[in-house]
Parts: sequence; C-alpha cells; structure tokens
Amino acid sequence: MSSTTATRPGRYQRPNPREGFISWITTTDHKRIGLMYFWTVLVFFFFGGVQSALIRTQLAQAEQSVLTEEIYNQVFTMHGITMVFLVVMPFAAAFFNYLIPLMIGARDVAFPRLNAFSYWVFLFAGIFLYSSFLLGGAPNGSWVGYAPLSTDAVSNMGFYAIGINALGISSLAASINFIVTILNMRAPGMTFMRMPVFIWMALVTSFLLLFAVPIISTALFMLMFDGVYGGQFFEPATGGDPILYQHLFWLFGHPEVYIMILPTMGIISETLPVFSRKPLFGYAAVVFAGAAIGFIGFGVWAHHMFTSAMGPVARSAFALATMFIAVPTGIKIFNWVFTMWGGKLRFTTSMLFSIGFVSMFTIGGLSGVTHAIVPHNAQQHDTYYVVAHFHYVLFGGALFGLIAGVYFWFPKVTGRLMNETLGKWHFWTWLLGFNLTFGPMHMSGLLGQPRRTAVLPAELGPTVELYNLLSGVGLIILFGSALVFLYNLLASTKKGELAGEDPWDARTLEWLTTSPPKAHNWDKIPTVTHRDEFWHRKYAEDEAGRPVAVPAGAAEDVGDPRGDNAEALDEHIHMPDASYWPFVMVLGLVPLMYGLNFASAPLIAIGLLWAIIGMYGWIIEPLAEGDDDDPLDAPNPSATTGAVTY
Amino acid sequence: MAAGAHETSLGIDHRKLGMWTFLGSEFLFFGAFLATFLLYVQTTAGGPGVEIFDIPFTSISSFVLLMSSLTMVLAHNAHTQGDLRRMRMWILATAGQGAVFLGGQVFEFNVFVREGLTFGTSPFATSFYVLTGFHGAHVFIGILLLLTLYTFSLTGKVKPNQPLKTEMIGLYWHFVDIVWVVLFTVVYLIPELTVLD
Amino acid sequence: MSATETPQQEAEHGHHPTARDYVNIAVILGILTALEVSTYFFEFGPLGVPMLIVLMVIKFLLVVGWFMHLRFDTKVFSRLMYTGLAFALVLYSITLAALYLDNFSAMT
Repeated sequence: MSSTTATRPGRYQRPNPREGFISWITTTDHKRIGLMYFWTVLVFFFFGGVQSALIRTQLAQAEQSVLTEEIYNQVFTMHGITMVFLVVMPFAAAFFNYLIPLMIGARDVAFPRLNAFSYWVFLFAGIFLYSSFLLGGAPNGSWVGYAPLSTDAVSNMGFYAIGINALGISSLAASINFIVTILNMRAPGMTFMRMPVFIWMALVTSFLLLFAVPIISTALFMLMFDGVYGGQFFEPATGGDPILYQHLFWLFGHPEVYIMILPTMGIISETLPVFSRKPLFGYAAVVFAGAAIGFIGFGVWAHHMFTSAMGPVARSAFALATMFIAVPTGIKIFNWVFTMWGGKLRFTTSMLFSIGFVSMFTIGGLSGVTHAIVPHNAQQHDTYYVVAHFHYVLFGGALFGLIAGVYFWFPKVTGRLMNETLGKWHFWTWLLGFNLTFGPMHMSGLLGQPRRTAVLPAELGPTVELYNLLSGVGLIILFGSALVFLYNLLASTKKGELAGEDPWDARTLEWLTTSPPKAHNWDKIPTVTHRDEFWHRKYAEDEAGRPVAVPAGAAEDVGDPRGDNAEALDEHIHMPDASYWPFVMVLGLVPLMYGLNFASAPLIAIGLLWAIIGMYGWIIEPLAEGDDDDPLDAPNPSATTGAVTY
Repeated sequence: MAAGAHETSLGIDHRKLGMWTFLGSEFLFFGAFLATFLLYVQTTAGGPGVEIFDIPFTSISSFVLLMSSLTMVLAHNAHTQGDLRRMRMWILATAGQGAVFLGGQVFEFNVFVREGLTFGTSPFATSFYVLTGFHGAHVFIGILLLLTLYTFSLTGKVKPNQPLKTEMIGLYWHFVDIVWVVLFTVVYLIPELTVLD
Repeated sequence: MSATETPQQEAEHGHHPTARDYVNIAVILGILTALEVSTYFFEFGPLGVPMLIVLMVIKFLLVVGWFMHLRFDTKVFSRLMYTGLAFALVLYSITLAALYLDNFSAMT
C-alpha cells in the first residue's frame, strides 16, 4: 500500500497493516482478495468432493443403504450447491479478481471495498449454508429447488433460498465492480479490440450475472416467503403455479451455465496462444462468439423444462434456439484448434489441461445438443445421462480450464513455477479418473438409471452396476490426483523453481510486471499500442511474418515497468487503503440470514441494524488521498477535518 | 462533475457508471415480481381481488411520489450551483414526500388486511404484497439515503463541489419513482379496468 | 423557483435543463397522472387500456429523460438501462405467454 495514510489529518484513520491476520481481514487489494477466493474455494471443493464420495459409495451396488435416504438427499443437494455456487463460480471470481486489473493495466478494481464486501458475503453465505448440517439438516430438495417440494419444511430449503440469495448479492456486487473496472480503467491505448480475450469473457460473464442474478433472487425470495412466511406463490391448493418457479429458476439457470463456462473459455484463449507461440486464431470471432453465447444463453432456458407442462410451440422454439447456441460454441472450438494448428506447441501442464478442456468440453457440448431434441430429451430427463453431460461441461470443461489457469498464472502469483513432473501426473490421472467417473454415466443413464435417487433399484442392478463400479473407481483416482495437485501447490509455493517475470514467453500485460506483482501492480502504468501488447514489445515481425526478438533495450519502454529505474516511478501512487467496514458490515448479514430462516424478528432487526451501522462506517471513513471525495483543494478544509466524527 | 472522471477510459465517473449498471439489473428484479403478479391477478382463492384497491387514495400517494422526483431533481440542480442550503431544503422535501408515500402504503396494507387480504390468503395476495412491499423497501432505503445526504451536507462530508453525490441518490430515487409509475398503471389501474368487467 | 437559475449557468451548460424546465416537466407529469386516474371515473371503453399504457410510457420517458438526465448524458447509461429493460420485457413476456398457454391447454 502507499504511504498516504500517515499524513492525513483527522481523528479517524483507516487501518493500513501489511502483514498478519488483520491485514487479510481489512484488505482491499484485489490480488489478496483473489487469493482468499482461491483458498476458500479449495476448502469447499474438498467438502464437495467428500459428498461425491458418499454418493458413489451409496450407489456402488444395488439396494445399498450406507446412507439413509434423508442423508443421501442432503448430500447430493449440497454437492450440487457447493460445486456450482461455492466452487466453480468463486473459482472464476478468484481469477477475475487477481487478473482483471493486471491484464488491463490498472492498479486495482473500481470499488476496492465493494470487492472485499463480495468476498466476505461469499464466505459467510457458504458457512451459513454448511451450518445447516448442524441446525436440523441440510437442504435436500436438489440444487434446482423445485417448488412445491422446496416450499415444504421437510426439504430444509430455507437455507438454500437465503444462502444462495446472499451469494447472489456477492455476485451482483462483483459483477458491477468488474463491469465498471473493465469499461473504465483500461490502460491508455487499450481499446476494446485490444483487450485480452480473458477480459472480454470476464465482461460478458459479468453482464450475464448482472441480468441473471436478480431473476434467481426473485425466485428465491418467493421460495423463502412460501416456505417460511406462509406465502402462496407456488401453492397449488390456492391456485399457485409451481411451473412459474421452474421458469424463473431456469431463466437464471441457463445463463448460469455460461457464467460458469465463459471464464474458462477466456483462460483457454490466453494459454493456447502462449503455448502454441501463435496469436489467437480469429480474435474477433472468439470475442463475438462469446458475446453471442451470452446473449442467446438467455433465450434457451425452457429446454430444461421439456418434460414439464409446456406446449408444442414453446418446445419447438426452445429446441431450435438451443441447437442454435451450439454454433458460437463451435466457432470457438474451431478457433482454439486452429490456434494450435501449425504452432510450436509446448506441452506444459497448463497446455495439457487446456487441450483437455477443449476435448472434454466438446464431448459435453455434443451430448448437450442431444438434449435439444425434444423426444430424446424426454428419454434422458432426470437420468444419469444428464449427470454425465453436465459433469463433462462443468468438470471436464470449467474445472479443467480453471486448473490450466492455476498452472499458468501460479508463477505470476507466487514468483515460482509449479513442479511440471507432478503436474503431468496430476493431469493424466485427472483425465483418466474424470473419464472413468463420468463416461460410464452416459451408459447407465441411457439404460434408465435415475438421478437424485438414493437407492439403485434391484431390477436395474445387473444392467448398470458395472458402470457405477467404474465411476467409483474413477472417483478414487480423482481423489489421488487431487492430492497430487494439492501437494504440488503447497510445495511449489515454498520450494518451486524461481520463475522470473515471464516464464512462458507470454503475450499479455500481466507478465510485464514483477512476479509476484507489487501491491500497486505497476510503477508506471503501461501504454498499450497493440493487442498482445507484451508480445509486441518483445518481438518484431520479419518480412515473412515470423516473430523476431527485439534486441534488449531497443524496445521503447519494455524495461520501464520492471521497476529498477526510479525515474519511471509515478510521482503519486494512490492505492486504496485497507478497511474494516466491508467485513464488519457483512457480519451483520449473519444474524440477518438466520433471522430470515427461522422467522425471528429480533435477529432480523439486529442484522439489519448492524449492516446499516457498518454501511455508515463505510461511508464515513475517509477515502484515499487524491480521490475526488477528499480533494486537495477542498473549499472548506476546516469542515473536512473537523466535522468527521463517528 | 467529479475530478477523477476525466482520467477514466470512458470519461465517466466510476460511481455513476456503477449506479446505472445496478439500475439496469433492477429492472429484472421488479420485472419478475410484476410478471408474477400479472399471472396471479385473478388467482384469489375466494379471497378479495383487485376490487379491494382504493384508486383515489393510491392516486394521491402516487402523485406525491411523482412530485418527489421534482424536488429531488431541484435538489440536484441546487447542488450543481453549490447552493447547499437550497439543496438541503429540497432533499428534506423529497424525503418527506417519500415518507408520505410510505405511510400511505402502510395504511393501505392495514386496510387490506382488515378486509381479509392477508399475506397468505391467495397467490394474488402474496404477489401483491411482495411486489409493492419490495418497492416500499426501496423507498425506505431511498429515504435513509436522503437523510444521510442531508446530515452529511451539514457535517462537511458532502461538499458544495460534489453534486455527484446528490445526483447518485437522485438516480436511485427517480428509478424507484419510475418503477412506481409502471406499478401504479399495471397493478392498480389496468386490472381495475379489465378484471372487474 | 426560477431564481435558482443564472444566465451564467445557462452559458456554461448549454443544453442543461433549468429549474423551470423541471417544473414544466412535473406539470406535464401531473396532468398525465390526472388523465390516467380519469379512467377510473369515466368510461373509455376499449380505449382505456391502450391509453393507460401510452400514458405510462410517456411518463416513464419523461422522468428518465429529464430527471435522470438520460437525454443529456452519455449514451452508455441509456444502453445499460434499456438493455435491462428490454431483457425484462422480452423474457417475462415469453414466460407469461408460456404459462398462459399451459393453463389454456390444461383447460381444453
């Protein structure tokens, strides 16, 4: 952080610790928040993994009763909630936080305290959801929470409705933050068509969140009012329509699918060019396809409801729209393949995971297209075929890509490389375990094994038992593979080979600064003249278009931001100060969430009051020097310094 | 305008851009509740339906809320001229009108409950209360913001050269107002014409 | 109220509306609201609903354009708002249509 706090007059100072627990509680540094997202995600990923192990154990043989039905329902519900809302989405948020300012040449996000707020809401909402295990049982109405089952007290879905709504607040705040950051804080010269594709995908994802989160928010509010406060939204007895819930859920739920996959597509669009030593094939097409996916993604929701009450016209329209959305996705896949075509490929772990993403995601995408065909859909609905499909896109797709990103940016974050040997072990076991776990589910699903069913029926046993056994074996391999990854992560943080600024010969701005980046990211904000700016600073082209290294020192300002020449240092670097208030304010959310769930007016009142007091603390604390809120030429300085009391 | 605005890529202040982004998403929030209300406008489960609305009463409170937008924009106008005294006067007027609207809503809800339209009577009742209740909550937050602005303009936290702060709260307030413009027509007036016949 | 306006102010801002403009807009809004409410007291027959919708849209545009300054501000804000509005209109219309069709086919 900068040293501006010390000189500021006034009674009320902002905290500015650099180390220790308090420095993490109060941080507004986008890089630290990104890291907190990452480690929190790993914890939740572990929980989600344990739940999957329980599910597989239960289904290893027909007519088993390792778990009671009640526990099984809680476990598969929490598995879905965890992996979607507490792993894949915040995993992407970790990348957004860490990388967006670095890749666009900014020093932080637009609203640093709001960014911290998003993280704390995510953390406490996650803890709230998991606390349900101790408070009368976890939600057991599946991650889609269909009414009217979910409005019945037996389903414990109050925790779901309130916890996911809180996560929605976190996502909404983060999306506004990232949209403003990307639109408004790009380095000089970084026009829209010079932005890295990852930034484009972050922008599209943020817009998807912006428009999709309020929809699920309404659905969850309705669920909460029905379940806890006697509302009648989805109560058939008085004329309520449960199908309405399905519409609202999937109006959010389908964009959500793209919210989870687009960040990964962005990551892949950065790693593949670097490890192919070629610019991304068809940059404009990839960007356009990403935006098109985001847009069309809002128009296909009802294909999740083909087996619910819906007319033939609606079915046909949504079937067509769904097939159509495969087109931009296909465009992207071809672009990635052509990026590799004729390139000088380097098969690092990150590259392997990237290629793994392209191939596994293609399989998942193809099985997805089969869902668009209405009669086919009716056959597959609620079977393991669907489970196989979405694990191929979310695990084989999103997660593979996110892990590729971890290997790729690890040296930037820590200054050290991850161990490549262990990395390759990780990749091959991960690929094998993944396909062994989810590949057979295609078969068992088509043979009729229903999802969300606690006991594998005896009459299905002989036909699908083998597939379930294979899935179980696959999961064991995945667990071993995850341990390798975890060990590699922890060991490489301490003992990994030093990476330097640019270990991969990369293309984008974040590799221009030190590894790990300084708190203020850049001594001097770079000026951008090209797409793949960093590459163009390192290489010129010869007449045949081949890259030729620019001799050291010849490029105009390639050396500047690296920090050793003090002249280049910007005179005043204003970094946002740390703040307690995001954390304090979010603490108020805890009584509020429990109060809403148990219909306890005192708890709700305490929570609201606490949050409002936190908000006032947030408003009152002085902003960083140089912000227009505290102008140096304030016309009435006595009022500024004297009257701020709290 | 804010000093920092010229250094941004779009030449717009972050906070204003953020506010508009947020308002863009709010349409989908109110839209869902409004669509739900329309779906259930006749689903009264034997309880009271739209005939329970007191159109003259709601018209007056709607008019008050509409006029609060005028005082709000005049407050901003005064602030752009650095006239904090006048700004404070208009801010108080706006908050007062908001309070009148909110009081009218509380009164209306009480009357409805007494006439047998409780929260759990029917999907119609629930969707009506939740839709207008969330709007009322937005008005309430708006009043809090206005009073905060008023107080901070006295303490010096809001300075004469920072009309952006009034503008931001104004944007939120006007948004709440246009939501009511839509709700008043779609929830009260149109069903009164169509459903009752 | 017009006392808040100074000639200097006008020169600086060019198109920026004055306090008098705001009051005029408010008067128009008041008249439109009175027209809306008149549908409750008088019979407009089949014209009632279309009239209400048109009046609502005009009021909406007036508040958004003048009080929220969309007419005078950067296009980015208009795009953000109308994107949200368009999404809401289109998505919820389709949803309602689908739900009404269900109920209709359930009846027949």
